[in-house]
Amino acid sequence: MKMTVPHSATKAPRHVGLDVERLRDDFPILRLRVNGKPLVFLDSAASSQMPQPVLDRWIRYQTTQHANIHRAVHYLSETATAEYEGARRKLQAFINAGDESEVIFTSGTTDAINLVAHGYGRKFIGAGDEIVLTTLEHHANIVPWQMVAEEKGARIRVAPVNDRGELLMEEYLKLLGPRTRLVSVTHVSNALGTVNPLREMIAAAHEKGIPVLVDGAQAVPHMKVDVQALDCDFYTFSGHKMFGPTGIGVLYGKAAWLEKMQPFKGGGDMILSVTFEKTVYNTIPFKFEAGTPPIAAAVTLGAAVDYLAGIDIADIQSHDTDILDYATREMNQIPGLRIIGTAEKKAGVISFTIDGVHPHDVGTLLNDEGVAVRTGHHCAQPVMQRFGVPATSRASFAFYNTLAEVDALVVGIRKVQKVFG
Amino acid sequence: MGNAFRLITHHPSRVLIAMADSKQLYQEVILDHNRKPRNWGVLEDATHKAEGHNPLCGDHIKLTVKLSDDNVDAINVEGQSCAICKASASMMTTVVKGKPRSDAERLVQEFRDMATGKLDHERQAHHLGRLTVFAGVRDLPTRVKCAILPWHTLHAALNAQESTTTEADADPMHAPIGGE
Repeated sequence: MKMTVPHSATKAPRHVGLDVERLRDDFPILRLRVNGKPLVFLDSAASSQMPQPVLDRWIRYQTTQHANIHRAVHYLSETATAEYEGARRKLQAFINAGDESEVIFTSGTTDAINLVAHGYGRKFIGAGDEIVLTTLEHHANIVPWQMVAEEKGARIRVAPVNDRGELLMEEYLKLLGPRTRLVSVTHVSNALGTVNPLREMIAAAHEKGIPVLVDGAQAVPHMKVDVQALDCDFYTFSGHKMFGPTGIGVLYGKAAWLEKMQPFKGGGDMILSVTFEKTVYNTIPFKFEAGTPPIAAAVTLGAAVDYLAGIDIADIQSHDTDILDYATREMNQIPGLRIIGTAEKKAGVISFTIDGVHPHDVGTLLNDEGVAVRTGHHCAQPVMQRFGVPATSRASFAFYNTLAEVDALVVGIRKVQKVFG
Repeated sequence: MGNAFRLITHHPSRVLIAMADSKQLYQEVILDHNRKPRNWGVLEDATHKAEGHNPLCGDHIKLTVKLSDDNVDAINVEGQSCAICKASASMMTTVVKGKPRSDAERLVQEFRDMATGKLDHERQAHHLGRLTVFAGVRDLPTRVKCAILPWHTLHAALNAQESTTTEADADPMHAPIGGE
């Protein structure tokens, strides 16, 4: 894949660790041209792209291995079941879960959080109880808890952030009280890129016996996640943000909690026996996987885990840091551009505003240059309110993005400013 | 993204995509109304008012209208929005001010039809005049709502609805909002 500007033409240093150009060859969609320009895809925080080996896995599953799982005794059903359960073990290893029964396939992060809101929240949260969130949460980690709070007469408490978009730890600690039944917090802010100090937050909650759910949707593409080291009670993420397909995601939960929780959906596969008088639920994880799951998507997500295993996570992280540092430096030189979210620890995201130009106009005009950014409130309206902006433009990066693409973004932004005079 | 992306050639290793260039939309007249919106502010003696909201991008406008004898004597707009929405609102106020209510309502319908591609402004009769500078939004599906919002809001104000949204069920342009 030839980029708009070769690396040698950029002001930035070359990468040594990650062979980005070789990796880009794995992603057919990155060869697209949009409006006559090479696609510069800076929207991976919304949804990432899939490499050829992962795409191929879907086809191989569907052409040689597919039947329904956990049911028939014939060859294909046994093969599909083995591949599906094999994918579960890959995901287990990916996040270092203690047991495969702690890995539940969901349709995504939103589904996973709703599962906990129903299975844990509606069972263990009552009138006068409190749920602690942070200002940084995505709507998917706000609305399900508001629904529980409304139904049960519970209360949402929100830990604030400073002007850089970093959690105010002392304020967070003050919110942990005798009525707190859950802390639900994002690992990495989708709107600002802030990485939360999870270990400290989880340890503090556990001192008071409070379980913690982590929204890890933005974290898994950027860093090694170890749920046992974090000691979180729940961890949720989506396949399509980690180079896998849409329609599949994971809820990790400590077995002790999952055993106590009520099922989210009723149906086939989540039962041991059914009579009209009484139904006995299946064991975990199956208790939470009613109906035929997205088998092909799960198997393909397993292939995404394999693909990522072939890249050194340390290389991904240093590439991530290089891109963020370079983009931050270059964008800070543009007059009238303001970066929203300047936390010391960030991953993958630069949100920004341009004086006198609404983000929606920025997005449309950048698209003319083939540059894809997200514009709007990023499903995080409380973050927008905190920073006093209706919306931002957001460039988000994955390991397949290059410094030359940052240059294309900067050139594009200057063109936008020229149009608006 | 609908029909805005037109596939020209498709080859296993190479896909070419063309799309309407939005620079046709960002013409000087639109940029000018964005910089200096006309009839900006709130009418103190308004007889009709409504607020319009586009949850997709956060566009939010307030429209105040003074009707007498079914004539739009005065109309003001205020709010926070993208250039397309602000310019559409500004030009709308200049066009409907002084016109009978029925003319304003007809323009609402014609503008909607043009923006959604139902009205071909080059071939069919209409009363849109220079509002046709917004015809280009029909090739930018995500921006159609930006242009239409002020007109929705005018319709709501004239029909005594306090607020409207581009996500209303009755909205002919109703489309799901992109998630994260």
